[in-house]
Amino acid sequence: MKNLKTIRLLQNKVSFLLDIKASKKLTLISIIALAVFLFSASFGDSFINPIKVLQVLIGNGSDFDQLIIVDFRMPRIFIAAFAGMALAVAGAILQGIIKNPLASPDLIGISAGGGAAVVGFLAMFSDSNHSLTVSIEWLPLAGFIGATIVGLIVYIFAWKDGVTPTRLVLIGIGVSAFMQAITTMLMIIGPIYQASEANKWITGSVKSADWSQVQIVVPLILILLLITFFITRQLNVQELGDDTAASLGQSVQKTRLFLLLLSSSLVASAISFAGAIGFVGLMAPHIARRIVGPSFGVLIPTSAAIGAILVMVADIIGRTAFNPLEVPAGVFTAAIGAPYFIYLLFRNPRK
Amino acid sequence: MSIIYLTNIQAHSIERRVQLYMILKNNFSKTIALIVGTLLLLLCMGVSIVYGYANTSIQTTIESFTQFNQSNEHIIIQNVRIPRVLIATCVGASLAITGVLMQTLTKNPLASPGILGINAGAGFAVVFAMIFFHVSNLQSFAWIAFLGATIAALSVYGISSAGRDAVTPVKITLAGAAISALFASLTQGLLATNEAALEQVLFWLAGSVQGRKLEILLSVLPYLIIGWIAALLISSKMNILALGDDVARGLGLRLGFMKLMVGLIVILLAGGSVAIAGPIGFVGIVVPHFARKFVGTDHRWLIPMAALLGGILLLLADVTARYIIMPQEVPVGVMTAMIGTPFFIYLARKGGKK
Repeated sequence: MKNLKTIRLLQNKVSFLLDIKASKKLTLISIIALAVFLFSASFGDSFINPIKVLQVLIGNGSDFDQLIIVDFRMPRIFIAAFAGMALAVAGAILQGIIKNPLASPDLIGISAGGGAAVVGFLAMFSDSNHSLTVSIEWLPLAGFIGATIVGLIVYIFAWKDGVTPTRLVLIGIGVSAFMQAITTMLMIIGPIYQASEANKWITGSVKSADWSQVQIVVPLILILLLITFFITRQLNVQELGDDTAASLGQSVQKTRLFLLLLSSSLVASAISFAGAIGFVGLMAPHIARRIVGPSFGVLIPTSAAIGAILVMVADIIGRTAFNPLEVPAGVFTAAIGAPYFIYLLFRNPRK
Repeated sequence: MSIIYLTNIQAHSIERRVQLYMILKNNFSKTIALIVGTLLLLLCMGVSIVYGYANTSIQTTIESFTQFNQSNEHIIIQNVRIPRVLIATCVGASLAITGVLMQTLTKNPLASPGILGINAGAGFAVVFAMIFFHVSNLQSFAWIAFLGATIAALSVYGISSAGRDAVTPVKITLAGAAISALFASLTQGLLATNEAALEQVLFWLAGSVQGRKLEILLSVLPYLIIGWIAALLISSKMNILALGDDVARGLGLRLGFMKLMVGLIVILLAGGSVAIAGPIGFVGIVVPHFARKFVGTDHRWLIPMAALLGGILLLLADVTARYIIMPQEVPVGVMTAMIGTPFFIYLARKGGKK
């Protein structure tokens, strides 16, 4: 306990414990995330020296570099980083609620629900020229509605004198399969062009990111992360188990519902433009937990940083490894994520 | 036969449990049920041949057999509807049997090839082979699907039995969901880089019995038939397996061999079904439960009953799929998901107390 430091602000109205050792680690990981962010701008069809990237960012680069980095690469890096953060935090929250290390937004159907809604949105508001009849700004809203509704449906169906984690996961798996069926149907009844777009989206790709999307997504995710930061203490309590949480004065089921909503909002804002990048919500919190321990105060920001790194690296690999072919980032997160999942099952024979 | 070796109390309690559960109690009524099931299946096959987008009647159907006259209706019936009906029947029956075997093997009421990732594995293998080896030959489709199904089945079983404690239902379901997600993501990734292939396989990936030629069925049928016969042959042993590993071992069942056999049959039937119709989910979950309601847990009755009900379910789903968004068709895999999800949720809620 000697590593803990209490910080009190605003005449003791706000106070929190700071784990100094973990905070140091968090700082280090954040610096790595920032470095990946900058390096990420170097990679692509042509390699641009990181020093030149820095020059561009402080406004000193050549016009050509400026065009490539600021107009082409930066938006997708932004989207990748923020989607990674949001998915990771959503996963951390879910793992806290469900108390199952294998829970993640993809497994319990939240991602699939957002996916079905987004594909439905594209199908409903596209005209014969494949252009949208309404502003693309509504897309996150559609994703949010889908993800939230599915989150709620799963929650409601899992309710039977309260919600047990196991039932939540099982029902999530069933609902997830249903949502995938709907998505497939929407893809099939639409024109093939649309199916291909939808498929890229479902796999999870940040290829088509632009600044207008960044303007929508970044503030949204920042707000949600801020809310999450203030609610972490509730998560710590939830993890102690229902009985302990109740006796500590928490309204267990209400809090759980709110956390579920928060988690699906995060997922929705991440996947609305980046697509359903899988397994990030599973992996990032685990890696973070191994590094900084289980307390959600440091766990959440660390997960966020790791999630950002994961998606950015997956995107770098996706656009360089098979150049000129672009492989969606989601393929690589799944390719790392599934073996990691297997590793978790081998490591955790208890649960 | 095996029940004799149990103590009286055990046998009594098992008998009572079984009796509470099922509707039909004696062998005579079960035989009647099988006959009624067969008749219903034939009726559904007839309905499926007659009704669809192109207007046909029972009379034209019969005429197309007795005096084939090259008319559009006759060609549709002979070349489109009949293969489709036969395929739906075989695939439905196979998936249902797979469901029964997997549920008994894993002691998990939610087990089925869809949930445990076997469909996704086979789907990935086929898409992979199509894109990288330009496979379009039907015979090899089947082998590739078997390979994919095998890999997925082995990985699920390997993962879920990794821990020191017993394989819990939740653990195996979770492992399956993850494997499923992995293969689905890889398949989508392949398709995202190859639009032409997407067009080719999209409908197949959704699970459909439409537009398949009879040759596809014929190339896979031998494996399916082997699977069906083998399932019937081991049905009495399945009863012992259902009593739990310890009891089964005590009764002299060679557990390892038995589980291997069940696994092989599952791979034959599930892989074969995917090769023909693409991944069709939920038949394997839903049907065994209904079949158990009718004939109880004796696998000698359960397996044939499930096969009949599986055929009926898939035929009905397929006929409905033709009418929902006419003139287009909903893939039958989507239909079964719509029927199956509420049932899945019901089961998950029911079993949640454990």
